[in-house]
Amino acid sequence: MSLHTLSVAELSASLGRREFSSVELTQHFLDRISSSNPALNAYITITAERALADARAADQAIAAGTAGALTGIPVAQKDIFCTDGIRTTCGSRMLDNFISPYDATVVERLAAAGTVLLGKTNMDEFAMGSSNETSWYGPVRNPWDLAKVPGGSSGGSAAVVAARLAPVATGTDTGGSIRQPAALVGISGIKPTYGRVSRYGMIAFASSLDQAGIMAPSAEDCALFLQAIAGFDPRDSTSVDRPVPRYSAELNSPIKGLRIGILKEFFERGLDGPTGVLVNAVLDQYRALGAELVEVSCPNLPLSVPTYYVVAPAECSSNLSRFDGVRFGHRCENPRDLMDLYKRSRGEGFGSEVKRRIMTGAYVLSAGYYDAYYLKAQKVRSLITADFKAAFSQVDLLIGPTSPSPAFDLGAKVDDPITMYLNDIYTIGANLAGLPAMSIPCGFDGHLPVGVQLIGPHFGESRLLSAAHAYQSVTDFHRRIPAAYV
Amino acid sequence: MSLTRSQVESIAHLARLDISEAELPVYADSLSKILSFVEQLSAADTSSVEPMAHPLDGESQRLRADEVSETDRHEKYQANAPSVTDALYLVPRVIE
Amino acid sequence: MNEQSAHAGWEVVIGLEIHAQLATRSKIFSGSATAYGAAPNSQANLVDLGYPGVLPVLNREAVRMAVKFGLATGSKVARRSVFARKNYFYPDLPKGYQISQYELPIVATGTLDILLDDGSIKTIGITRAHLEEDAGKSTHEGLGAASGIDLNRAGTPLLEIVSEPDLRGAKEAVAYLKKIHTLVRYLEICDGNMQEGSFRCDANVSVRRVGAEKFGTRCEIKNVNSFRYVEKAINYEVARQIDVLEGGGTIVQETRLYDAAKDETRSMRSKEEANDYRYFPDPDLLPVELDESFIEAVRQTLPELPDEKADRFCADYGLSRYDALVLTASRDLADYYEAVVSGSGGASAAKLAANWVMGDFSGALNRDNADVATARVSSAALAGLLARIQDDTISGKIAKEVFEAMWAEGLSADAVIEAKGLKQITDTGAIEAAIDEVMAANPKQLEEYRSGKDRLFGFFVGQTMKATQGKANPAQLNDLLKRKLAP
Repeated sequence: MSLHTLSVAELSASLGRREFSSVELTQHFLDRISSSNPALNAYITITAERALADARAADQAIAAGTAGALTGIPVAQKDIFCTDGIRTTCGSRMLDNFISPYDATVVERLAAAGTVLLGKTNMDEFAMGSSNETSWYGPVRNPWDLAKVPGGSSGGSAAVVAARLAPVATGTDTGGSIRQPAALVGISGIKPTYGRVSRYGMIAFASSLDQAGIMAPSAEDCALFLQAIAGFDPRDSTSVDRPVPRYSAELNSPIKGLRIGILKEFFERGLDGPTGVLVNAVLDQYRALGAELVEVSCPNLPLSVPTYYVVAPAECSSNLSRFDGVRFGHRCENPRDLMDLYKRSRGEGFGSEVKRRIMTGAYVLSAGYYDAYYLKAQKVRSLITADFKAAFSQVDLLIGPTSPSPAFDLGAKVDDPITMYLNDIYTIGANLAGLPAMSIPCGFDGHLPVGVQLIGPHFGESRLLSAAHAYQSVTDFHRRIPAAYV
Repeated sequence: MSLTRSQVESIAHLARLDISEAELPVYADSLSKILSFVEQLSAADTSSVEPMAHPLDGESQRLRADEVSETDRHEKYQANAPSVTDALYLVPRVIE
Repeated sequence: MNEQSAHAGWEVVIGLEIHAQLATRSKIFSGSATAYGAAPNSQANLVDLGYPGVLPVLNREAVRMAVKFGLATGSKVARRSVFARKNYFYPDLPKGYQISQYELPIVATGTLDILLDDGSIKTIGITRAHLEEDAGKSTHEGLGAASGIDLNRAGTPLLEIVSEPDLRGAKEAVAYLKKIHTLVRYLEICDGNMQEGSFRCDANVSVRRVGAEKFGTRCEIKNVNSFRYVEKAINYEVARQIDVLEGGGTIVQETRLYDAAKDETRSMRSKEEANDYRYFPDPDLLPVELDESFIEAVRQTLPELPDEKADRFCADYGLSRYDALVLTASRDLADYYEAVVSGSGGASAAKLAANWVMGDFSGALNRDNADVATARVSSAALAGLLARIQDDTISGKIAKEVFEAMWAEGLSADAVIEAKGLKQITDTGAIEAAIDEVMAANPKQLEEYRSGKDRLFGFFVGQTMKATQGKANPAQLNDLLKRKLAP
């Protein structure tokens, strides 16, 4: 038995029984990180000292009998979450020297739950990317094949979980940034309902779409960690004040009679390759479990990618204006004047994809173009949301692929933004409508994992998790570990 | 939709981004492609549709009590600042 | 003077944008203090600094104050308003955008009546009033080639009050500005301190030929921080625009800065280029939705408004419109006045009280740069002084001397009168004795008077007053003198 193959529940039980200490567990993961991270490049910052201190505190709590379900469990934080006293880069040169003076709510809550911070994971710069290749710190490699991308933007978190360099990691999802990398590395990932998890301290990309979530091998692990981070936060005006269900307790809700909608628009578009075959097999599996599968349609869903590529850049162009070289972040050498300070600090501090999105956003909001682009996109967003609402009047969950293909080669799509953007074709809809969605592994295309996506109605996380758990109770794709990391 | 070099230059200026001569045509090309791509939105009939700024249906802004909850922590906050004198953030002289 | 006549053939068109800092304890979107004059950046927290990851949460009191203003001006208070981002780069604007309201402001379409010089009333339209956050400040002193940024003011709540272009001259503009100034202080939503920048005004000024339908091109004058400068800046700008147009030139739409030292406006090119603010709804804030009970609760807190109070002063105290307006220009002064009236015999003393409050009392405040709340003579003390005038203990003239002593020493009227022996002489015998002395000492004048030189009566009044050190009751003195001097 290796510690890194245990589920969160198993780790927690073993820690409680003193089979090993949190310090031992933590050291085990730190050792794995030391040996494997150089090749994977999945952590930007490894917080070994902090981790061991957290672990010692956890062991004391366990000894004192004050431990909770997550006490002593190591976790990796995506480097988009601000961590007090620890470098927080957001994958950007702009924040290479940035030490956050405060903790994000997600960080604060996981610390309060007694978890152990292993480090900060690599990511696409400011979460803008689908391959983790836009990071200032270099690309993350896919543990299943080092020549492939792990997906993005939470590529580092995906890789550390897949290679078991952490039992669990946090992620954020603006257009698929939890689900797509989860699919590409064969793990589970949940993006909750917009407003379910506080955005406070999560460096903003597109505020109306960003949502924090959990990446872990199984839905069961996701449920335990989502419990810890979900809930109202008065510091985030878009956080929803609504009770959080007991996700773990509801994991075994019966699947029989559950109505699952097959999203017509997802299956009619070139889904005839291996991914399509695997996803169709999931439908059969759910039928076998007693669910009722019906076809539903969201006719405006094919417009979700263009809608997103207006809305997200518009918001990002404004959100990233605060990086101006004055109060924090990169500042150019010897600015001639104020304009030079702004332009060179930002020109040097941001990478090309971020600059491209900032410019796209500035353009679609500018005088004369606002109505045709931004306002139009916000209206189409209404149409897409209405489609989902209509669909959820007929079914409990929606199902479809997570990503059109398995992991692709590093460098394959970097020069063509549109091709890259189309990776998110199945995931963006949930962000536009603020819906909870989850990707779980459903098989392999050759040696590469493939994911299936479940989408729920607003605040339907419990139903998503129990449906995923039902599937994982009869399959073992989520337990597969790349050979090099067993 | 095709953006000219000078359009890219003016957007870059609006966004305060230094873009080199060599990069201008590259951005002109990719931004043009993106704008052409998103143009398919114009096909959607949105004549009777309200724009949606927010995914939270029916939620409204919460109001905070008017209480001072913060103390002076400028030293900690300014540890990240590139240039500070006497607790002031410094920038090249602002001309009015 | 009719302002139009100064610019024959031209009509002046002015709209004002007033920024009133709302008197909340904490900032509009954060829990930082808003106190003026703190050490640099000591009141700028993560939200005010625009740190990565932080988020705004709206201050209820700022909303309440905006609603209060809306109700007081008969405006529409929006049941749903939306915050938007105004995007531009400036060092005093930490996030690179200002959170403001654009398409759906919290207050829209109200009116305010102003009194013109000719005594007529003019109704000025209020286009809108919206909530927004203030920016920080740049300083340049002693920093060489650098500017220093202090973000203490960043995030202070502002109510931007935008008027219709209904104002037709500098005096009207100032009258409107003063009226808003009075109103926001009545409502206790702004301290009105122009020196500290808590009440600021930008003026949009244009001119057009009399009878022209289209407005002329306007210029926005920024940074005018006193009523006097607003008037001067507008007058300068109007003259400049007419000069340009009469010389065959055209007006360029631009922002201009008023330089009080030179008494001129000049172009602010640094703020001119590419005003493309790219407004869009702020995704970090949800729509502000106000229900009837919220608005009704605010309505319950509305004080008597300046116009209502002035009407009541005219009706109840028989004051002239002018006096009523002066006395109601600030709530403190009006309250002071009413306390003086009630302390000195009620409505019968109203006119006397008005003269004293507007005269000696206001004069002393101005002279010492003091305010009503901390005045050296309390309303009770002034009422005590007026009572001594009314009961003939002292004359009006002596009362001025008493008032100065009260102000200087913080004493009651009675204490001053006692200490200085200023009590009026009303004893007929004593006054007669003084008259006899004066008559005996001035036989020549007495003879002339008795032979018909009536105007010497004043001479005898003066001499007798002098003999009594001014303390003789003037009316009694007159009567007695007339009788005694009679041939």
